[in-house]
Amino acid sequence: MTSSPSAVSGLKAWLAGAAAPLSLGVGLLLFWQFSVMYYAIPHYVLPSPVRIAMALGEDWVTLGLSLVSTLRVTFIALFLAVTLGVLLAVLFTQWRWLERSLLPYAVVLQVTPIVSLAPLIIIWVGDIQVALLICAWLVAFFPILSNTILGLNSADHNLVDLFEVYGATRWQKLVLLRLPSAMPYFLGGLKISGGLALIGAVVAEFVAGTGGVGSGLAFRILESGYQLRIPRMFAALILISLTGIAIYLATNWVSWVFLHKWHDSAVKREV
Amino acid sequence: MAEVLIRMEGVAKQFNTGVLAVQDMNLTINRGEFVSLLGPSGCGKSTALKMIAGLLPVTTGKITVSAPSTKSEQDLGFVFQEPTLMPWAPVFDNVWLPLRLAGIDRKAAKARIQAALAEVGLSRFEAAYPRELSGGMKMRVSIARALVTRPRILLMDEPFAALDEMTRMKLNNDVIRLAAEHALTVVFVTHSVFESVYLSNRVVVMAARPGRVAADVTIAAPWPRDESFRTSEPYVHECRKVSAALKATLNMEDIDH
Repeated sequence: MTSSPSAVSGLKAWLAGAAAPLSLGVGLLLFWQFSVMYYAIPHYVLPSPVRIAMALGEDWVTLGLSLVSTLRVTFIALFLAVTLGVLLAVLFTQWRWLERSLLPYAVVLQVTPIVSLAPLIIIWVGDIQVALLICAWLVAFFPILSNTILGLNSADHNLVDLFEVYGATRWQKLVLLRLPSAMPYFLGGLKISGGLALIGAVVAEFVAGTGGVGSGLAFRILESGYQLRIPRMFAALILISLTGIAIYLATNWVSWVFLHKWHDSAVKREV
Repeated sequence: MAEVLIRMEGVAKQFNTGVLAVQDMNLTINRGEFVSLLGPSGCGKSTALKMIAGLLPVTTGKITVSAPSTKSEQDLGFVFQEPTLMPWAPVFDNVWLPLRLAGIDRKAAKARIQAALAEVGLSRFEAAYPRELSGGMKMRVSIARALVTRPRILLMDEPFAALDEMTRMKLNNDVIRLAAEHALTVVFVTHSVFESVYLSNRVVVMAARPGRVAADVTIAAPWPRDESFRTSEPYVHECRKVSAALKATLNMEDIDH
């Protein structure tokens, strides 16, 4: 194996940066494990990390299916939030009367806590999966919409003038000027919405509380709580956390891909 | 008799805010002239330029820009105070923009884009992003973009105000060279007496509040010019003349208020 000096030094730098949080994490896990053992804390109050790992291994099929279910709701909701959010933002900025008439209602939906809306939605919508999807979408949708509107309106005025000097059509202005200008704002919204879609999905699952094969991780948490299977509860919790972290990293990466060549937020400062 | 390209007749501009930016402005610009609009800030020189470009509607009066013999939308090139580049697009795409908006695809535009970049000395920077360039280089891209459509008229709105002295002098020479080579008619807005005298055949001095033409000074020196002009006797003489005209408008204002 050969690797360039820069790759080696890059790895070293990464290790140096990761050393502190990693050793803290390992230390905490060890402390947790030994405290549980030393004080003989019952596993239905606080399970040890090893026991949680075992629960995760034992219930892998159930938990895995639930993970897939939660992921499916989260990602479909996020996808719908992105497409509808961007589409509506574009329509709103092209026709102001549309924004004036619809935006207040979008705000109302946003400021009403999803926990209080979820039961209604679940009653009204027959299909539980669709109900979950609507809940998750409602939470994830607004940051995309409002950020994209802000971005579309923040095109440099001089550039707008320039496009007008050269007789740009409305469509050309939208595609070549407003959408690229909105990109950093949209990606900021995406970072927020990614996490919110997961929260929305989990909250809705809690409210719905229905079991069965297709039920998500939040239901596994509820179920484990009733059955006092606390290690499994922790295992489900960890899967939700990991999903959240993965979404966070993914949206950051997408943002970097689109912006690293030109936007100050993604470009390293020269020192 | 010189051919008139731009004619402003009794033009006034009042903004929605009620501010009267320009009042009763009359100006004719002939083919091949290099005209500077000079004046203190708030004298409406940028507003006048934007009205010529069709970016702002006139409130009263009339502006006629004579139609080019071959019908084309890109009869004007406009250079803004800031480079006004799209930060997300490389230099090539930025220069392509005016052609792209006219429906010319990348391949068909390539030769013209490369020629325009060569003229401003940026051939090697096609793939660079604006943020990687210095202020002067960004301005050059902006000029290349204005030239790529081969306009007859170039409108420049204080393009070099934010640049350092050395870069500004260099770009001044480039603008003279490009204007001479392409037989451009240039309207150049500036607040620098020295810049206006160095560049122009005519300096139109404007007074503020409301903006209007206060003096129209012909710069009696051969054109195109080079660095030797900066230290010559005629240059000093013309600067003195324009300064006096500018001072007179400022005094006039003092009496007004």
